Amino acid sequence: MSEKALMLSDDIERALVRIAHEIEERNKGSERVVLVGMQTRGVPLAGRLAVIIQGLGETTIPVGSLDIGLYRDDLSSLDLKPVIHRTDVPADVTGKHVVLVDDVFYTGRSIRAAMDAIMDLGRPESIQLAVLVDRGHRELPIRADYVGKNIPTSIYEEIKVYVKEVEGEDKVTVLTPDREVTDESN
Amino acid sequence: MKVTEPKSGATIPETFPSPSIGVWQHRHVLDLDDFTAEEIELVFEIADAMSEVLTREVKRVPALRGKTIVTLFYEPSTRTRASFELAAKNLSADTVSLDASKSSIAKGESLVDSLRTLQALGADVIVMRHSQSGAPYLATQHLNTSVMNAGDGWHAHPSQALLDLFTIRCHLGGLAKLKVVIVGDILHSRVARSDIWGMTTMGAEVTLCAPPTLLPRSLAEFISYCQIPNVSVESRIESALEGADVIMPLRLQAERQQSGLLPSLREYIQLYQLTEERLSLAKPYALVLHPGPMNEGVEISPEVAYGTQSVIEEQVTNGVAIRMALLYLIAGGRSK
Repeated sequence: MSEKALMLSDDIERALVRIAHEIEERNKGSERVVLVGMQTRGVPLAGRLAVIIQGLGETTIPVGSLDIGLYRDDLSSLDLKPVIHRTDVPADVTGKHVVLVDDVFYTGRSIRAAMDAIMDLGRPESIQLAVLVDRGHRELPIRADYVGKNIPTSIYEEIKVYVKEVEGEDKVTVLTPDREVTDESN
Repeated sequence: MKVTEPKSGATIPETFPSPSIGVWQHRHVLDLDDFTAEEIELVFEIADAMSEVLTREVKRVPALRGKTIVTLFYEPSTRTRASFELAAKNLSADTVSLDASKSSIAKGESLVDSLRTLQALGADVIVMRHSQSGAPYLATQHLNTSVMNAGDGWHAHPSQALLDLFTIRCHLGGLAKLKVVIVGDILHSRVARSDIWGMTTMGAEVTLCAPPTLLPRSLAEFISYCQIPNVSVESRIESALEGADVIMPLRLQAERQQSGLLPSLREYIQLYQLTEERLSLAKPYALVLHPGPMNEGVEISPEVAYGTQSVIEEQVTNGVAIRMALLYLIAGGRSK
């Protein structure tokens, strides 16, 4: 395995600032915006986006955290079930623009689960998706509204996102297996 | 653009390191004697998430879709049974509830045969209550299905003990170093037995307070044999309550007087009822718990039962969250 850095602290901050502006523009301000971070790393990212958006306008943005464990579509086929953390969405989502925030956008399955979880909390006006990294390989018809960086990957690679609040530093790296295994190998 | 500090009023959730699922080692939940502190913490963590689900307008999540949970009760129960069934339904499991008096059991079917039938029908978890201590242990020897003990004889009632612990933790932050006083019929109480295991594992000091006839005869030997730390016995309620953080009176069954264990009910009330006056001997914020059903005016006075320090109703709500967590931990994931 070799690990290569793709984004550093400054890149991540610039991406978040741009996404914050895009959220403001798309929703014509931030009055009815609720940010919901997906456990684990989406939560601090949502918090940072809120701070940036609050710096642009005068409104306070509600920030929540969402655990999708109870909504996963693979729950009955997992050997180890996930620990479930408390979902904490401080505002009523009905009539709001809910922006889901996650670190890596991959198959789209966790976003599907997150949308179900949000719908159980109320009826938002819209659900939007902001991700720090889009690595492709979607398995469901889902797309992101705000993307920090598109990183085309092989499915054998692993994208790792480090955030200050969890790992103590900000960076995005790709882990590549030493010997590339290809789909056409047999 | 510089990132600014949050304005006052901004809410940014923090993330905390939490226990990993790897600490969970149970296929069955029979008693708390084989639970580690880490496992109990994990149950609390998940129960905390479940209690958020219970505050929603639609209290249902799809976690156990397609699983079947059977409640098999050989003894009457209202809250435990309703609580387990609600917990299962909130997790989208299918539930079947069997009442021993209205099934083939009344025709003489043996416990093991009934259990085997339920397993053949596809039960993923059997929640059982039985008047014989140890019945759920027997069940595990004959089944591949997970067994949840919802009370067996005088022996154990683990989900009740966990909800007691969880309720205390919600109010006082944890159990370490707390003084918990359990008052009343310890001899016949499976709740007290499971509570002692759970509370001492989490670092609380437990004082048992009862007339000698309502204490197990070999209690002291048992405590020293199993090396249970921090359990003491005190026969006067006034001295037991001194400095208490949590007080739990147990239900006194009227039959106890007929069986000669008590000289008179009136004397018991005089000596052991938890009254406002006695409650004032405990710490000012002390919590009052009761496993239910209550005999108001016997082990507890109505003023205390419905007073500001009582968390008895909360225990019932927390019971659903705890049972959701236990069912999730036992039935979630791949079927074995």
